[in-house]
Amino acid sequence: MILKLKTLLFDKIWEKLMFAFITRRIIQAVIVMLIISFIGFTIKHHVGDPVRELVGVSVKASEREALREKLGLNDPFFVQYKNFLKNAVKGDFGISYFFKKPASQVILEKAPATLELVFASSILIILLSIPLGTYCAIKPKSILSRLIMGMSIVGVSIPVFLTAIMLIFLFAVNLHILPSYGRGDTVPILWGMWDTGFLTLDGLKHLILPVIALSSIMLPLFIRLIRAEMMEVMQTEYIKFAFAKGLSKKRIWFVHAFKNTLLPVITVGGVQLGIMIAYTILTETVFQWQGMGFMFLEAVERSDTSLLVAYLMFVGVLFVVVNTIVDIIYGFINPKVRISGTK
Amino acid sequence: MKKIFYSICAAVLLISASVQAKTITLGVAADPIALDIHVQLSGEMLAYSHLSFDPLVRWTKDMKFEPRLAEKWERLDELTMRFHLRKGVKFHSGNTFTAKDVVWTVERLKKSQDFKGLFEIFEKAAAVDEYTVDIKTKKPYGLFLNMMTYLFPMDSDFYTGTDENGKPKDAIDKVAATFANTHESGTGPFYVTYREQGVKTVFKRFADYWDKDCPGNIDELIMNPIKKDATRVASLLSGDVDFIYPVAPQDYAMVKNRKGVKLVTMGGSRIITFQLNQNRRPEFKNADVRKAIVYAVNNEGIVEKIMKGEAVAAGQQGPKGFGGYIEELKPRYDLKKAKELMKKAGYEKGFECTMIAPNNRYVNDEKIAEAVAAMLSKINIKVNLKTMPKAQYWNSFDAQEADIQMIGWHPDTEDSANYSEYLVMTPSKETGYGQYNSGNYSNKKVDELVLACQTETDPDVRNAMLKEIETILYNEAAFIPLHWQNLSWAGKDNLDIEPIVNIMNFPYFGELVAK
Repeated sequence: MILKLKTLLFDKIWEKLMFAFITRRIIQAVIVMLIISFIGFTIKHHVGDPVRELVGVSVKASEREALREKLGLNDPFFVQYKNFLKNAVKGDFGISYFFKKPASQVILEKAPATLELVFASSILIILLSIPLGTYCAIKPKSILSRLIMGMSIVGVSIPVFLTAIMLIFLFAVNLHILPSYGRGDTVPILWGMWDTGFLTLDGLKHLILPVIALSSIMLPLFIRLIRAEMMEVMQTEYIKFAFAKGLSKKRIWFVHAFKNTLLPVITVGGVQLGIMIAYTILTETVFQWQGMGFMFLEAVERSDTSLLVAYLMFVGVLFVVVNTIVDIIYGFINPKVRISGTK
Repeated sequence: MKKIFYSICAAVLLISASVQAKTITLGVAADPIALDIHVQLSGEMLAYSHLSFDPLVRWTKDMKFEPRLAEKWERLDELTMRFHLRKGVKFHSGNTFTAKDVVWTVERLKKSQDFKGLFEIFEKAAAVDEYTVDIKTKKPYGLFLNMMTYLFPMDSDFYTGTDENGKPKDAIDKVAATFANTHESGTGPFYVTYREQGVKTVFKRFADYWDKDCPGNIDELIMNPIKKDATRVASLLSGDVDFIYPVAPQDYAMVKNRKGVKLVTMGGSRIITFQLNQNRRPEFKNADVRKAIVYAVNNEGIVEKIMKGEAVAAGQQGPKGFGGYIEELKPRYDLKKAKELMKKAGYEKGFECTMIAPNNRYVNDEKIAEAVAAMLSKINIKVNLKTMPKAQYWNSFDAQEADIQMIGWHPDTEDSANYSEYLVMTPSKETGYGQYNSGNYSNKKVDELVLACQTETDPDVRNAMLKEIETILYNEAAFIPLHWQNLSWAGKDNLDIEPIVNIMNFPYFGELVAK
């Protein structure tokens, strides 16, 4: 009876904490958005002149000035920023000059490509880094472990775009077995909101090289991280005790040790997911992968400023969401860590 | 049994028939910013104009005029030219092409922000009858036919009226998805069936195309922009696309050595130069100093080492084939002479100055700027170089932030005088001349000659004037000439590339033959 009451009470508190936690995160997200939008807006005045990109070189200065006036680029900074915020609250981030559509719509159209790329890379990283990392930790002296560690050093050291270009030249140009650029055939799903490359053979083929390129930095990093964490865990008292107690090796490795290895890996993983989105900029550019990263770089080069600010804000939201999810998962895996709702 | 056999035969026939339909994929650096050909004056836009539209006349490979929608033309007086239009030409919408479409298009060109500069000189176009049109200029104009290569008649009926949003269909807008930006109806060999901006445009051959002698046999053309030079080359070498342009000079050797693909290059008309700002640096007012700099810059070396031989070192503005070209005005690298000139000018000890250049606009622009800076140090001019992306460069260029600034120029008119109008005429806000003359070079005689060229309609007299301009600029070292960039295209062996490419870099894909 008392026990039951205790759990009930505990659930109530947990709910309350959770609610407070989410609210706090939302407030944080709003503040982050405001800061990002301000920074984005400040730099947009320095990335270049959108008017230049819209007109031919021989157009007279007076014509350019007229266009600038029409686009509202001559207003003082704070007037422009105020107008932007006013519209942004309503979900209007301005019109992309190049795509001639609302910036938010362009981003939503380009997001599936990037998210699929990141998702496929994450799967690849998880599927490979966990077995390889644990193997290297359990058998640190075996030749295979040394080979994996050696390779991982190489992997971490080569820049993503170089890996990407080398992959293209090996598999597309010389061996002719994989396509060199783009997403291939895509099919619309979710009532046409999402174009996926996962459902066609051509789309999957196009996915292989970019995924490998994008994983090339994170995969070695995670193998090394898992190995290091696991080796540390293996040195702890409770593992030694488990061995002394005569538990089976497999149980110790894969249940007791592995669980504790995961904690730091998840934390780092959350942060790295964000960095991976940054790396998509490079990967997508090399592979002409029509996602958000490629779009962002193009927007910078074309001074397509509305798109640029909208992208920064979108990525900001993504970061906040990913970190929130990581924090929640963390609480589930390690009951010792409680999400702090109040301070 | 027989039935099955026949149906198999039929299926085989069908398949082989569909194999006959030729589809090629193009990898280009950028796609046009919209489907409205008047929204921007740029290389991509003009290349697209030749796909879906036809001009009145067009350039041949050897820079002659070739009749297209105009069958023949004659001068009525010194202001007016009469064009006899081709009969039986259909627009993609099914409408018939007549003189009123030409009149309508000229009116619209005069409203386009990008084209109005070029078409300002034209007073109006008037239809004489259904297939005859008189086009009149405000004053005698030497480049009448040059401008007619930009006159791609649009389907006036198709573009008249309002769209579903109540906006006029003929509105020219750079940033909105207007009717004209998203629909096309021209007379060209291909019509657009699908378009996703920046991703893919699909063109299908127009069955009612007027030019029955056109040798082209491509049924479907897919245009994919591929931004990165390395990726574009890789996509050709891997067989994913059939034709690419441009090809970066560092990849020429790879394409040449590869079986199954070929490279075609041609000297271009884009001149790369440095301008010496005389308002910022009194030293540059001295012609001897300017000459010393020209003598100190080994532009033949730059062409050989940095451009890998795929450019033509220049001593003047316009390349061979242009009216003002003079064979004798050669590159003049001579370090000894450069030092003598510096001594003569009293700057033996040299001086320090600043230089800016873009780093993603012209082929190898950053490397070229670094090389020139190093060359100038040999005559004791210490150059502080700053390079920046093109998105930022042009504002710095206009603000004349540095003493020495790089600029490349391709004349829209394919004529020598255009270089001078923009690059060396005395800068003036009122007239708009000398818009990109950041050197502030000014010479009355040059100004007069360039203006006189505009109204001179006798080609021989005009060429003599153009030659005089080039000579003055050469003798006064008005700017530092570097080279004319080569143009480059590459494609699979089955494509007959040479006949369709030209110095303007608008490949005539309608005439592309695939074996």
